[in-house]
Amino acid sequence: MAKELIKGNYAIAQAALNAGCECYFGYPITPQTEIGEYLSLKMPEAGLAYVSAESEIAAINMVLGACSTGARAMTTSSSCAVSLMQEALSYAASDELPVVLVNVMRAGPGLGSIYPAQGDYYQSVYGGGNGDYRMVVYAPSNVQECIELTYKTFYTAHKYRTPVILLADGVLGQMMEPAEFTQYSYPPVDNSSWALCGANGRAGKKICSYGPDEAKHIQHVKDLFEKYKLIAEREVMYEEYMTDDADFLLVGFGSIARHLKASVKVLRTKGIKAGMFRPITLFPFPEKRLNELADRCREVMTVEMNMGQMYTDVRLAVNGKTKTTLLNLRPAGEWMSVEEITEAVEKSTEKIYAGI
Amino acid sequence: MLVFETPKSFKKDFKYSFCKGCDHGVAIRLIAELIDEMGLKGNTILTTSIGCSVTMYDFLDLDCIEAPHGRAMAVATGVKRAKPDKFVLTYQGDGDFASIGLAESMHAALRGENVTAICINNTTYGMTGGQLGPTTLMGQVTTTSPNGRNREYYGYPIRIAEQIALCDGTAYSARVSLDTVPNIKKAKAAIKKAFEVQLKGLGTGFVEILSTCPTNWNMTPEQAHERVRNEMMKVFPPGIYKDVTEE
Repeated sequence: MAKELIKGNYAIAQAALNAGCECYFGYPITPQTEIGEYLSLKMPEAGLAYVSAESEIAAINMVLGACSTGARAMTTSSSCAVSLMQEALSYAASDELPVVLVNVMRAGPGLGSIYPAQGDYYQSVYGGGNGDYRMVVYAPSNVQECIELTYKTFYTAHKYRTPVILLADGVLGQMMEPAEFTQYSYPPVDNSSWALCGANGRAGKKICSYGPDEAKHIQHVKDLFEKYKLIAEREVMYEEYMTDDADFLLVGFGSIARHLKASVKVLRTKGIKAGMFRPITLFPFPEKRLNELADRCREVMTVEMNMGQMYTDVRLAVNGKTKTTLLNLRPAGEWMSVEEITEAVEKSTEKIYAGI
Repeated sequence: MLVFETPKSFKKDFKYSFCKGCDHGVAIRLIAELIDEMGLKGNTILTTSIGCSVTMYDFLDLDCIEAPHGRAMAVATGVKRAKPDKFVLTYQGDGDFASIGLAESMHAALRGENVTAICINNTTYGMTGGQLGPTTLMGQVTTTSPNGRNREYYGYPIRIAEQIALCDGTAYSARVSLDTVPNIKKAKAAIKKAFEVQLKGLGTGFVEILSTCPTNWNMTPEQAHERVRNEMMKVFPPGIYKDVTEE
């Protein structure tokens, strides 16, 4: 298929259909409303389920119901409305349901604004729901990745029976960029052992998180974390750019990484050996590789459009091996420019080279 | 000659965990009998809710998913939209259905989801020890209305079956009780109707069951059924509030 000029939100919507999404449940919120609009046209045409839910709470719970039958189901939303879904995500993690959630981030806290932001790192990676659980989080940085990672989101959710978040932002959702709808090539996942279809000639199955038996409950939570450990071993994704000889590392996730790459190019012309490291999976976080890279870097600078959320994970990964700094000139709104980023790096390197 | 047996939809060796005189057991039995009689066991997906009703999946040998508190009708919507050929049932208390889940319940009925909802109305939050709920009667003393429900502090109870009947997508809405054998028979007939409208694809089927909570009402089972008759039925009259098959 040839490349076409397409908006991020439409790319995610069509990619979900390509991935075999059978059910969509959603409620409008800027800056991701185009996803629901697109699917409200396409899904009925294809005989698939589309429901305009009465709220985000209802939408995510409809996803729970659909997923309990093994169906590929999705909801999409943004920041403050994703907050409403946290209870159901906690249930989905405990129930081991393959919930697919797309969060096209806007500014918070509260209603915030419709400016793009990256303020839901904590909410996505550490979870806003109750109890011990984790969710796999993919962070695309361009429209092509919106397609590829939407595919991956569906596959990972079903492969591991766990809720997965595609964490995009308002920049990605609203921008148009050439991208290609590649083939969805992941193998089918057999869900016959757990999906509900009626107790026909067999004992009934139950999908639940309620455990009055203390020992069983403790074992259940431990089993969940064994699964997360397996995911952490197998599913880490990241991108490196000019890190081979880098002694100054820029770290960012999502669309801000585009500016980091451009900044590395500019800095290299100025004789600064900069490189970029971009976690694509935010959970599991690529801590091992980042720790390795920190060995030969004078500084690891985290650049993000929030008050320093991924910075926590970067510091844990670097683990004191080298200096860690945070560049977050604004928590939302206009993305930090290449000029702003390179200027900050140059100032910092002046200090490094001066031995301060 | 076999005159009485446990419905086959029950799990073998199940043991109710309900209090003495609680009507949950009778309501669940009626549902199990109908699932047997209508041959629905192999095709049913049950959505349970939060409260005493959550334990239903420990008794029935059916495929079940437990919905978060109040969200049973949203979860049931997801199940039915994903698998329209399945028989989809929710079993909820009044707090779940008509307080925290009122939006999900009413909107499912407004969309006319082809699902059946059974709601136990016992005028209190049973599992947490008898607090004021959406159906608590005026003047009723609960642990959170120690001086009785009054308008100034608590407002008024909701008449669920009447409200659900107002939704255009509702095919059947009725209120029944389990205080006498004739009323138990009427209740079974109503639940059957609420099953049938789903099977015919006519829309949402709903039955509100006036039920006892002797423990939290501090009554004997007999006294509790007298309260259902003498107090609850005055505010919540049994009857069929909507039946599209009769229109």
